[in-house]
Amino acid sequence: MGAINFTGRVLKNLFSKPVTTKYPFEPHVFKERTRGHVENDMDVCVLCGLCQMKCPTGAITVDKKEQTWEIRPFSCIQCRSCVDQCPKKSLSMAQEYQEPGSEKLTKTFPLSDAQKERLAEQARIAAEKAAAAKAAAEAKKKAEAEIKSE
Amino acid sequence: MNIKEVTADTILKEAQAMKIEKYRLIQICATKVEEGNIELLYTFGDRNDEAHFRFVTDGKTPIPSISHLYWPAFLYENEIHDLYGIHVDNMVLDYRGGLYRTAEKAPMVKE
Amino acid sequence: MATRSVVPFGPQHPVLPEPIHIDLVLEDEKVIEAIPSIGFIHRGLEKLVEKKDFQEMVYVAERICGICSFGHGYGYVDAIEHIMSIEVPERAKYLRMILFELSRLHSHLLWLGLLADAFGFESLFMDTWRIREGILDMFEESTGGRVIFSINKVGGVRRDIPDEMLKRFVKKLDEIESEVGVAARAFLEDSAVKTRLCGIGKLTAREAEELGCCGPMLRASGIRRDTRKLGYLAYDDIDFDIIASDVGDSYARTEVRLGEIFQSIDIIRQAVSKLPGGETEAPVKGFPDGEYMTRIEQPRGEACYYVKANGKKFIQRMRVRTPTFANIPALTKILQGCDMADVPIMVVTIDPCISCTER
Repeated sequence: MGAINFTGRVLKNLFSKPVTTKYPFEPHVFKERTRGHVENDMDVCVLCGLCQMKCPTGAITVDKKEQTWEIRPFSCIQCRSCVDQCPKKSLSMAQEYQEPGSEKLTKTFPLSDAQKERLAEQARIAAEKAAAAKAAAEAKKKAEAEIKSE
Repeated sequence: MNIKEVTADTILKEAQAMKIEKYRLIQICATKVEEGNIELLYTFGDRNDEAHFRFVTDGKTPIPSISHLYWPAFLYENEIHDLYGIHVDNMVLDYRGGLYRTAEKAPMVKE
Repeated sequence: MATRSVVPFGPQHPVLPEPIHIDLVLEDEKVIEAIPSIGFIHRGLEKLVEKKDFQEMVYVAERICGICSFGHGYGYVDAIEHIMSIEVPERAKYLRMILFELSRLHSHLLWLGLLADAFGFESLFMDTWRIREGILDMFEESTGGRVIFSINKVGGVRRDIPDEMLKRFVKKLDEIESEVGVAARAFLEDSAVKTRLCGIGKLTAREAEELGCCGPMLRASGIRRDTRKLGYLAYDDIDFDIIASDVGDSYARTEVRLGEIFQSIDIIRQAVSKLPGGETEAPVKGFPDGEYMTRIEQPRGEACYYVKANGKKFIQRMRVRTPTFANIPALTKILQGCDMADVPIMVVTIDPCISCTER
């Protein structure tokens, strides 16, 4: 009989626990691979700007002068493109979703002091190397010119 | 992709031939190409086989409709009219720009 | 002669999850003509291809629609892969096929729920969506997204899915299969459901062919055509029959879609047992140059992806012909001569996906 086909299921549902959870009283358990929001480890980031270039929505801004990394979470589409591209693996995908809000906000992360020092150190070494290379090149040129003039 | 280049005048003849071969219409696609020209690609298909026909129009002269041969073509032709602003002659069902309710007329040809 | 009146149907209507507007020309209670009009959610995604890198465009293609998301992403990358002659690794093909069939499952279950809601069987609607939730959890576990998977990329898949996880999924699918079995009996044998579906929106095989239908709509009318039989991905290695019915009414469409749910579960089982190991992506070099049209079988029917590129970073044209677009002529036809009260059921039985249609 057609009408009682679904009754078993209905009765079962009536006497079993609900399939839904009592969120927010019970916290939601995210899966391991869930793409929630992008996080940046400002201890590792070198502000290369690759994530800004590869972001399909242009949600990321890298300011090299101010040494900050900005993300507009409401523009982010959680595609994981930046995380895949990051050469230093400083970006990661966290599981919690972006919390809703009444205004579109911009989250700014300054570089950590330790990382700032490290980058400054690296820049200094690079500059020294470049200066040394330049000096060597100039010396070589001079020597060549002297040989020619002789 | 095996595409046969035709002209706007001969597309009806080709569609007729396809109809006799019992091919069905898969799609009609418009593509914006250089200098404001628009390319129209007609695809017909059998079970495993596809046949493509293409011609270029300047976007201002009306193109013939194949909808009296293939009835569902009217929907593609209305779409092309609404998105590309090409006038299609003798459609079996002409919605007169009422299919796509877009804010701008012919949005796909805008720069 | 009865006076004619025009009744607008949609864009907001209880049975419609998405906005489509249909002007119904009525004579008393009979529909004489139906004039569809779309464009409420036209986002111009096909136009966006002129401004997006061809690899970034995958993300846009996926977001054409939330339900057929995987198919859109796959159709686009398949066209690009053909243009650039990239050989996709076997494992990536199988993983794509498994995800494709999972999305077919979730799409059909969603549709069954909407249908149950449309004919007023509230508890059946909730039950099918509860079953569907299990499949969405699988998506989240394997790809990280419940709706937009972002797993396709030009050349393969972005993340490997471990074999143990897939085996667990197959076990879970066994449970889902028995649960769908209970719901299927309610859909196919309940007398109240039958009175709402049998004989409604009848389409003969000849009409379906001439109106250019596709997908379950076409197969329910007795034409055995399934694009999967063209053998893209790894469908050639899988043993499956085309599910069809000869009746052509709304009941037959329900039957076909229910049959396809069981078929998809079977395809996933076969695919997991045959899954080869190895790489999941092939390297991509250079920019695409050329054009290609690929045809795939989406849950709603055959979809075409045409890509034209000219060797630059940006593609010249991407066109998506979606199954719902091809089914709209049939919808206007079956609406002619029906009762006003049956219109919602008929609109639902073509499984309209308006986001796809308008892009």
